[in-house]
Amino acid sequence: MNDMRPIAPEVLASENGKPFKVSRRGFLGASLGALVLGVTLPASRTRALAAAPAAITPGSRVAAFLEIRPDSTVLFRSAFIEGGQGIFTAMAQIVGEELDVDPANFVVEGAPPGPDYLLTGGGRFTGGSMSVRMSYDTMRKLGASARHMLLQAAAAKLGVPVSELSTEPGKVIHAASSRTVPYGEIADDAAALPLPAEVPLRDRANFRWIGKPFARLDARDKSTGKAKYSIDQKIDGMLYAAVQHSPRLGGEPGAMQNEAEVRGMPGVHSVHRLPGAVAVVANSWWRARRAVEALQVNWTGAASTASHPMPADFSSAAHMAKLKAASGDGVAFETEGDAVGALAGAARVVEAVYDAPYLVHGQLEPPSALARWNEDGSLELWLPNQAPEMFQADAAKFAGIAPEKVIIHSPMLGGFLGRHFLYQTANPYPQAIQLAKAVGRPIKLLWSREEEFLRDALRPMAAVRFRGGLDAKGMPVALSAVAVGEGPTGRWFGRQPDKVDSSAVEGIAGKVYAIPNRRVGQIHVDDPAIIGFWRSVGHSMNDFFYETFLDELADAGQQDPYELRHRLLAGSPRHRTLLEAVADLAGGWKRGPFVAEDGTRRARGVAMASPFGSEVATIAEVSLRDGDIAVHDVWVAIDPGSIVNPAIIEAQMNSAVALGLSSALLEEVVYVDGMPQARNYDGYQILTPDRMPRVHVRIVESGAPMGGIGEPGLPGVPPAVANALSVLAGKRIRSLPLSKLDLKEVDG
Amino acid sequence: MELTINGTKHQVDIEPDTPLLWVLRDELGMTGTKYGCGLAQCGACTVLVDGQSTRSCVTPVESVAGTEIMTIEAVADDPIGQKVVEAWVSNQVAQCGYCQSGQVMAATALLKQTPKPSDDDIAGAMVNLCRCGTYNAIAAAVRDAAQA
Repeated sequence: MNDMRPIAPEVLASENGKPFKVSRRGFLGASLGALVLGVTLPASRTRALAAAPAAITPGSRVAAFLEIRPDSTVLFRSAFIEGGQGIFTAMAQIVGEELDVDPANFVVEGAPPGPDYLLTGGGRFTGGSMSVRMSYDTMRKLGASARHMLLQAAAAKLGVPVSELSTEPGKVIHAASSRTVPYGEIADDAAALPLPAEVPLRDRANFRWIGKPFARLDARDKSTGKAKYSIDQKIDGMLYAAVQHSPRLGGEPGAMQNEAEVRGMPGVHSVHRLPGAVAVVANSWWRARRAVEALQVNWTGAASTASHPMPADFSSAAHMAKLKAASGDGVAFETEGDAVGALAGAARVVEAVYDAPYLVHGQLEPPSALARWNEDGSLELWLPNQAPEMFQADAAKFAGIAPEKVIIHSPMLGGFLGRHFLYQTANPYPQAIQLAKAVGRPIKLLWSREEEFLRDALRPMAAVRFRGGLDAKGMPVALSAVAVGEGPTGRWFGRQPDKVDSSAVEGIAGKVYAIPNRRVGQIHVDDPAIIGFWRSVGHSMNDFFYETFLDELADAGQQDPYELRHRLLAGSPRHRTLLEAVADLAGGWKRGPFVAEDGTRRARGVAMASPFGSEVATIAEVSLRDGDIAVHDVWVAIDPGSIVNPAIIEAQMNSAVALGLSSALLEEVVYVDGMPQARNYDGYQILTPDRMPRVHVRIVESGAPMGGIGEPGLPGVPPAVANALSVLAGKRIRSLPLSKLDLKEVDG
Repeated sequence: MELTINGTKHQVDIEPDTPLLWVLRDELGMTGTKYGCGLAQCGACTVLVDGQSTRSCVTPVESVAGTEIMTIEAVADDPIGQKVVEAWVSNQVAQCGYCQSGQVMAATALLKQTPKPSDDDIAGAMVNLCRCGTYNAIAAAVRDAAQA
């Protein structure tokens, strides 16, 4: 049994009932190394899985998730993929707390596809800052169930009633006889027992690991080069592939003028035509890349059958102009009171149009896929993904085989950010599958950074028209917002023409301020680019639009922007508390401009956001030097209701500040003639260390339902920075990135 | 061509202009060193060549024949590298971790040349990109490693 891959219920219960085997080497290539060598699947557990009922309650079957090894360490298969957000550590804390195993004794890996892992509303998806909040209760119960089974097994072994037993981390204790039984000694017996129907959960007051700053399980491997990403996978007999895509999506390769010459280049195995691309297979990736880039390809125009072909005359500037010119109020998404009437009766009306550009994800690990066709007709894939079942289904469809014939391995992700969703033309695995079939050997395909920047799914471009009405005292009484563009959720999950895609308006809608008359609408405009989810999705730009416009209203009403927010939150204690918390963290609110100790002229901006079930308040302190924007400090107060790991939350706030600031200051994808102008980090700048502000975090646990962590820290950053900058610049800023502004004349 | 990597000699038969990165990753199976951009923009591929921080994605392999190359695989065997690794772990620097091999190597190179770096020294040497924005933790870890 040693050569069996980790538990894969859908395979173990395959049509012939026989376990599926792959080579030991293949298994090791995807595993975490030596610790997993001891993994065996006891016959009893195999039978239990094979005989499992058809209706599986996700998250209930202990054996699908947990394997307690003879040394009492735990192999845990996570439904959620680790991409830096710390989910493997959080899972170990949550399960370990109830199982009574020190989380440090967990080895966590991404689970294979299977019905046990459908923990996000009946599906499985790592994203939307959902992992912990959607699975917290279920995973606690799973750990408690496993502990209960271990207690029963120990009772049988010791011949004593369960009521006389207790546990300490990793072992069962019989205090009356001073005997202990390590979990590892009874794991097989426990695994054969039925799942308990009801188990008590540990009292929150007695938590040892949940809520504590537990060290990440992957910190050492990631500090010594041992962590294995998709790009690092290696299996016997594999060849390497590199591609050159059509410069515009939809174009197809015509004649390759120097094909014979390229075939003769060192290490080249073969040259291939693929849909929308050409590929070279070689005995090293560098040779494949050099050869494929040497290919002189005549690219055709987009075929009429191409889905989402990129128009040859497309430019991002023209598309932006189109969005800004769209007229009308669009389809209503959120209405309260009578915005039209209140605007008509307002003492003063403020109007402004805001916009934000396309962005790439820019995760540092370029996409790759390793594909192997096995002798039994199954297809094995190692690939970065945040939804294994969806990739399995799509790969099966592409390969023309049944989904259960597709084995998906989901390694650690070298950056997440929403990049590794099913985006079709932005995913390399169909190419790898096709090439592996064509050459009859495993293929590891890696996209160069240039191909990645050509084919990444972009954060959509957006524009928003605001109208705000103030009463005679300068208080906002009406707000109308019309968002123009397309949201990624509608693109990938289907859009109803008469309904608004919430991902296009989240962060404009759902705001917490007590403005009595509001209307948020959307005008859908097809985006010619391939668009996708980007960390914080619609919130990543919409809270910028809204929170900077709110400062415009404050200025028009001659009110301090912090005080205005405070007043508008009078009826919402949770949000008012959070706003006060961030001001307190920052040593008190002051807008500025003021002169700092180092002589620089500075200002502060504030913003709030309600993303992904959490509440966030953010303050940024900014100065200008030689026209260059310096962000010195960012203070973030977050209320996720309740928490699992404060250290990981603080790290996530740091990374959210970095990405939010990067997008605010620097990032913009520019298309000219249907082609992105930047194909690497030299043309598409991301935040460098010298631009990183100090980040100060306060976690407020209000006890509200648990919210997300990975994304919520981001949306408040661009508006807080832009609001501060507006004070220094003496003018409102309505467009990103801020690096487009000429600020030399306003140097302080 | 003979290369000395982590104190071990390796014979490689390869085009001399092949970047060192791909010799390490594909020829020698040392995948701890990462590919990020191929243009010396991000630093994920940083290794030490005769103790100097070097971006292996733009370093022709022929140019490093006869040098001492050190990669992340051997960092914990190096006294200074070991301090850097411990500081990286205790500061919980890594998030996605993809850039951290290069960051650890850049820090090791810095501390080999400047055992007690000033904040300006750290800012000048630690210029690799990190999309997770772990920059503050990186700077703190370098300061800790210098004190260790």
